[in-house]
Amino acid sequence: MTTVVPTRPAPTAPAAAPPADRPSRSERRAGALLTAPFLVIYLLFLIGPLLVGVVLSFFNTTTVKSGLGDWVGLSNYTEVVTDPQFWDAMWHSVLFTLLTTPPLVVLALAGAILASRVRRGRVLYRLAFFAPYVVPSSVVALIFLWMYTPQIGLLPKIFDAVGLPVPDFIGSTAGGWTAVTLMTLWWTFGFNFVLYTAAIQDVPPDVYEAAAIDGAGPWQQIRHITVPLLGRTTSLVLILQILASLKVFDQIYLLLSGGPDQSTRPVIEYIYDTGFTAYRGGYGAAATMVYFVVIVAISAAWYGLRRRRASSTAA
Amino acid sequence: MTTITQPRPATTKSVPATDGAALFNRLCAVCLTLFALIWLVPFAWAIATSLRSDGSITQNPTSLFAGGWSLHAYSSAWDTHPIGTWYLNSLVISALAVIFTVAFCSMAGFALAFLRYRGRAAVMALVAAGLMLPSEALVLPQFIEYRAFHLLGTFWALILPSIAAPISVFVFQAFFRGIPLALIEAARIDGASWWRIYARVGMPLCRPALSTVAILTFITTWNSFLWPLLVLNQTKSQTIPVGLASLVSNSNIQYAEVMASSVLGFLPLIAVFLVFQRQIVQGVATTGIK
Repeated sequence: MTTVVPTRPAPTAPAAAPPADRPSRSERRAGALLTAPFLVIYLLFLIGPLLVGVVLSFFNTTTVKSGLGDWVGLSNYTEVVTDPQFWDAMWHSVLFTLLTTPPLVVLALAGAILASRVRRGRVLYRLAFFAPYVVPSSVVALIFLWMYTPQIGLLPKIFDAVGLPVPDFIGSTAGGWTAVTLMTLWWTFGFNFVLYTAAIQDVPPDVYEAAAIDGAGPWQQIRHITVPLLGRTTSLVLILQILASLKVFDQIYLLLSGGPDQSTRPVIEYIYDTGFTAYRGGYGAAATMVYFVVIVAISAAWYGLRRRRASSTAA
Repeated sequence: MTTITQPRPATTKSVPATDGAALFNRLCAVCLTLFALIWLVPFAWAIATSLRSDGSITQNPTSLFAGGWSLHAYSSAWDTHPIGTWYLNSLVISALAVIFTVAFCSMAGFALAFLRYRGRAAVMALVAAGLMLPSEALVLPQFIEYRAFHLLGTFWALILPSIAAPISVFVFQAFFRGIPLALIEAARIDGASWWRIYARVGMPLCRPALSTVAILTFITTWNSFLWPLLVLNQTKSQTIPVGLASLVSNSNIQYAEVMASSVLGFLPLIAVFLVFQRQIVQGVATTGIK
């Protein structure tokens, strides 16, 4: 899921303010030719899979050999919708979203506000918070798996030293969720931090100066200026985070392989298992479409809400 | 490069800062630095572990210097796993993805910004709709489609999805629209062809957009995990993330070697990140790409 963040001033030049005459032949030809390479790949490899998915979901295709298989109508869908394992997997993705979204948004906001009051050491903060984001998930999993190792890992030692009960990070469901949440927090925190930092820098400094002259302390400035002005950014960070969390696969697959006993398996891994372990391509495609509709509905609802709010404030 | 990091005494003086505010800012700095140091612990822990021997790790897990340090784990990690090959694969795939994405998406962005032709509005709408498409959710149909095209196991299978990303076209199109139309018209009056205007006027001017798209494409291609896991099934043709994932196992007790491999997996990236940090952070902040 990608979105253009509107924190930067948008370029204002109108789209090719047309000289009164009609576009010349060469202009039309150049336009079509310059668009063609991208458009072909876009239609084939981004729109294509969507259409393939829709078609496959009505057939009993297998992933082991090519060919569509037989038409089965809606039976894939009825099976998906009545499969408790599918809904378990959906719930695990939602649970992961509920576990990761609040800390990732709140901590990023807090971190960015703290950073805005500090003038030195920006490079250190940027390195510490954002560097994990450029590291591949499997490297992060290797490091965290070692830190979670019972008895000799760093985190059990720390939990012990603080006096907390040490959860079984890899072997139990609750411990597994803790492990995945902590790792995700460390790995992706920097992304939201950067979005918030950029938004805070766009707040004009004279607003703060005026508030300081009126006698507002730093805490009041944060509460009454910074946080309200970041409303739009928060809504963007929130939706990006929800959509990213709903698409979780890497962390859970690498750290827990969906276990113990599939008790943490997210939807994408469910689809992966049906498609590549049970080789049921058509059935997996039907599961994909159900999941896909949920994700698109969430982002469409967000766009709609945002547009309505934007038009109501403009009016 | 370092303008942001320099202290700005001028602005601090213009705000009538009370003692309380100064104290508050000091407190913020302390909190944030602590926070940042905690965030660096996993990296430091991995490096420290990689330098020790397995025996001393299991005996004294938390005393970092027990047993002495050596680079032994690195040489054995390098010998047991084809890390060099994985790196080369990742590099080739990411570089090709960047080249094609920049070329094709900038052409489309240029056409959408300046040229009037049939279907322009339709392409625009299609690309905007594509922004909402969660393409990662479609791996299964994507896999079956690529198999039908006999693309599985090839590097193309990893390059094509990143070229098809509508966000890159959007970044270029938004940037091109900021270029004064007079420049384009002047070149047109001088008799330059549209291709020439794109190559000689448009591209040199859109360097910021180019670096944003290039960097983000590189990072996402380099780090993608599930798709290469499905598409490349031979150990020798794997990318760094997929190759290193084969070491993930909680029964693996060669802690030093595993950590040495993971250090080899992140250190070069951190080095690149340090060089381009400003552009990377700016690129992420302007596009909100994920």
